[in-house]
Amino acid sequence: MGYDPKDPLKDRITDIGPKDYKEFLPSVIKENYGKWLYHEILEPGVLMHVSETGAKVYTVRVGGCRLMSVTHIREICEISDKHCDGYLRFTTRNNVEFMVDDEAKLKPLMDDLEGREFAGGSKKFPRGGTGAGLTNIVHTQGWIHCHTPAIDASGVVKAVMDELYDDFQDMRFPAQVRISLACCLNMCGAVHCSDIAILGIHRMPPMLDHEHLDNMCEIPLAIAACPTGAIKPATVNGKKSVAVKNEKCMFCGNCYTMCPSMPLADEEGSGVALLVGGKISNRISQPKFSKVVVPFIPNEPPRWPSTVEAIKKILYAYVDDAKKYERLGDWAERIGWERFFEKTELPFTGHLIDDYRFAYTTWRQSTQFKF
Amino acid sequence: MTKRKTPMLDELEKGKWPSFISDMKQEAEAREKTSVDLQTPKECVDDLLGLLELTYVDKVVHWKHGGIVGVFGYGGGVIGRYCDRPDEFPGVRDFHTMRVNQPSSKFYSTEYLRQICELWERRGSGLTNMHGSTGDIILLGTTTPQLEEVFWELTDNLDQDLGGSGSNLRTPSCCIGKARCEFACYDTQAICTDFTMEYQDELHRPAFPYKFKFKFDGCPNGCVASIARSDMSIIGTWRDDIRIDQEAVKAYVGGELKPNGGAHSGRDWGAFDIQKEVVDLCPTGCMGWDGSKLNIDNKECTRCMHCINVMPRALRIGEDTGASILFGAKAPILEGAQMSTLTVPFMKIEEPYEELKDLVEKVWDYWSEEGKNRERLGELMQREGFQKFLEVCELDADPRMIQEPRSNPYIFWKEEDVEGGWDRDIKAFRKKHQK
Ligand code: HEM
Ligand code: HEM
Ligand code: SF4
Ligand code: SF4
Ligand code: SF4
Ligand code: SF4
Repeated sequence: MGYDPKDPLKDRITDIGPKDYKEFLPSVIKENYGKWLYHEILEPGVLMHVSETGAKVYTVRVGGCRLMSVTHIREICEISDKHCDGYLRFTTRNNVEFMVDDEAKLKPLMDDLEGREFAGGSKKFPRGGTGAGLTNIVHTQGWIHCHTPAIDASGVVKAVMDELYDDFQDMRFPAQVRISLACCLNMCGAVHCSDIAILGIHRMPPMLDHEHLDNMCEIPLAIAACPTGAIKPATVNGKKSVAVKNEKCMFCGNCYTMCPSMPLADEEGSGVALLVGGKISNRISQPKFSKVVVPFIPNEPPRWPSTVEAIKKILYAYVDDAKKYERLGDWAERIGWERFFEKTELPFTGHLIDDYRFAYTTWRQSTQFKF
Repeated sequence: MTKRKTPMLDELEKGKWPSFISDMKQEAEAREKTSVDLQTPKECVDDLLGLLELTYVDKVVHWKHGGIVGVFGYGGGVIGRYCDRPDEFPGVRDFHTMRVNQPSSKFYSTEYLRQICELWERRGSGLTNMHGSTGDIILLGTTTPQLEEVFWELTDNLDQDLGGSGSNLRTPSCCIGKARCEFACYDTQAICTDFTMEYQDELHRPAFPYKFKFKFDGCPNGCVASIARSDMSIIGTWRDDIRIDQEAVKAYVGGELKPNGGAHSGRDWGAFDIQKEVVDLCPTGCMGWDGSKLNIDNKECTRCMHCINVMPRALRIGEDTGASILFGAKAPILEGAQMSTLTVPFMKIEEPYEELKDLVEKVWDYWSEEGKNRERLGELMQREGFQKFLEVCELDADPRMIQEPRSNPYIFWKEEDVEGGWDRDIKAFRKKHQK
């Protein structure tokens, strides 16, 4: 039994889709599906949902790394078997949720989670990520697996979360704060609507390996991949190759995806940009995009101190100054962007003024401004 | 102990937040010791750590694009990856990921997770992403010959399929919805699974100009961010009245109930002030509080969720529930970021979801026909206009669909819009107007 390379189509099964979620629901969830009346956050990381039947489910939410080994997943399973009848769930922001149906089971579960540490000393299951505080950072692959990243993902997230750890376990912010990270302009994580977005950017056009380009790449595909039409066919030293109009390059890396002879990542050229003030929820104000407020910070592995510092400045200026319920973007709009740069002590430079498509409406067409 | 020294990465073992480096190291060690008959290089995690350390020193990534690898008959679900230093790190020479279609809202049994772990330890790197940004389980890194093996075992033994990647339907995802959230206006998990099953062919075999995503949010709080991340966003809403329990409102005012379900309890914000915190923050100004009774002019409410979020035990979503359907969101690349545009203000969402599927198919036909290669639906809408899109959807224009009417008068009138059409007689004109 098993796959037979000589007869690949034998017993082949396709198009069966995902597992049925109903198989995976703990019984208290199954029995009260659609009957929930209200919820309460008992303490950071602990939720209680109450059903119209009177049943309650207690959830302990813990932060996790998106990059997870099977050894670690097995440990999660062991905890769940011990306390939660063998069910658990992951949230969209890489948190893990353990659920119990009785308050008496809560404390043993929390104690068990609390005590577990990695060999290096970090917590395996920090409790938190609820309410008006900081939750886990959603992020993309970075240097662990992708080919176009300008920055690492997991390492930057670790450095930021270490520094903001206490606020993962607290609920003292004016509203919830969502931080996201994407390691290049493609933004797999779609970070463009986050309170704070950490974005990897390149600043150098691709290098051209004329020697091998024609061998390694389909030149028409590379040309077609460029969103700004910056790439043209060229002949260099008698070899078919391409030329790039550097001033048209937006540093997206699409050409490198099609053609490995056009690498663009660089030690000095690639780094971090920060965007702030986006939101998804329709609560009070409408969803909005994040705006670029720091155009570039160099890559500083292993702990990206300048990036961490800039994030702290933004976050704590907001936390100290915003009104209750105000999201970061609502706060910035209320005080005005001129005040935002004053309060966060971030320098404002020409790079922050939009000069891409549809830019005009982002300039100020009014005499209403603050000194 | 890992094979190589990794001083840079070791810095990421410090601090309290869970360390992915510590976790990778424990996996590297487990592979060293295991009695499992590993089908992939024993040292792959060690080599990945080494490669990452080198990247931390160089500050330039060491992966190359993966070319076209996959499983037979599928156009997606596998992301190819080769490292550019196989000389030093042969264990990650080829290190492809597989996307496994997650169950709706990511509940699991430990029995199932253990099966995945067993398979991926033996035939992969033992490293995963729980989960990728679209929602799939990402099995991170295996060799080319293992791809078919893993696929066979997933489908034959685990009854589990791959997710989507490439120019096809991406794995749909949903919020937790009715499983544990009182705000859910429809059953997000049920429809997410139903749509995933209905459109298996579109998910596995690229036939679209570019990727297409469905995301299902149960209410306007938008926990899966569908309005920003999906070509088609299905966001729960209701069209009758917010249900009010006036006694519970008083209990909030009197301080017996914790506002926001306790979400702000980490700071002393003073006593709860219903006027300031609810009535005055209502974006439409449709609420009133006279000291004993809360009033909502429901006709003017835009269902922003604020008051309900603050007082979940006093206010509940209405009972005539359904969803708003929006189209066209995308990340900034290339024309700039777009959120989805409200296209169907309200639709009932009930099995078998025929009305919604009809709409999906109209939109797909249009996009497949008119969309250019690598043009997202939102870009096509921008290029050909929202009026065209409404024609495609066979919907009438409605002021709910816009932020404001156009401020330029450059209307592309069509001949049929004008009484008498465009055919005119220049001779008749000349009888009245000299040259
Ligand atoms: C004021 C706005 C919001 C409120 C009041 C709110 C409320 C809630 C509630 C009540 C739940 C609980 C469901 C449960 O787990 O029992 C939840 C879950 C969640 N929310 Fe929100 N939400 C808001 C906005 C957001 C936004 C903007 C995001 C992300 C961008 C988000 C991400 C999440 C995530 C990841 C979960 C876990 C459930 C899942 O994975 O599907 N929420 N939210
Ligand atoms: C033009 C835009 C995009 C391009 C060219 C692109 C390209 C890629 C590439 C090359 C990878 C492979 C990373 C690896 O090696 O594992 C990847 C991963 C992924 N992308 Fe994208 N991507 C784009 C936008 C997006 C967006 C907007 C989303 C979701 C909202 C997304 C979701 C994902 C997911 C879920 C993965 C798997 C790994 C992860 O979660 O980071 N992508 N993408
Ligand atoms: S954001 Fe860019 S670099 Fe990061 S995983 Fe996506 S495509 Fe790769
Ligand atoms: S990086 Fe992007 S914009 Fe620059 S040449 Fe390559 S494809 Fe074109
Ligand atoms: S989107 Fe709404 S219904 Fe869904 S989990 Fe979030 S708050 Fe609940
Ligand atoms: S849901 Fe929003 S708009 Fe409607 S009454 Fe409540 S606060 Fe006002």
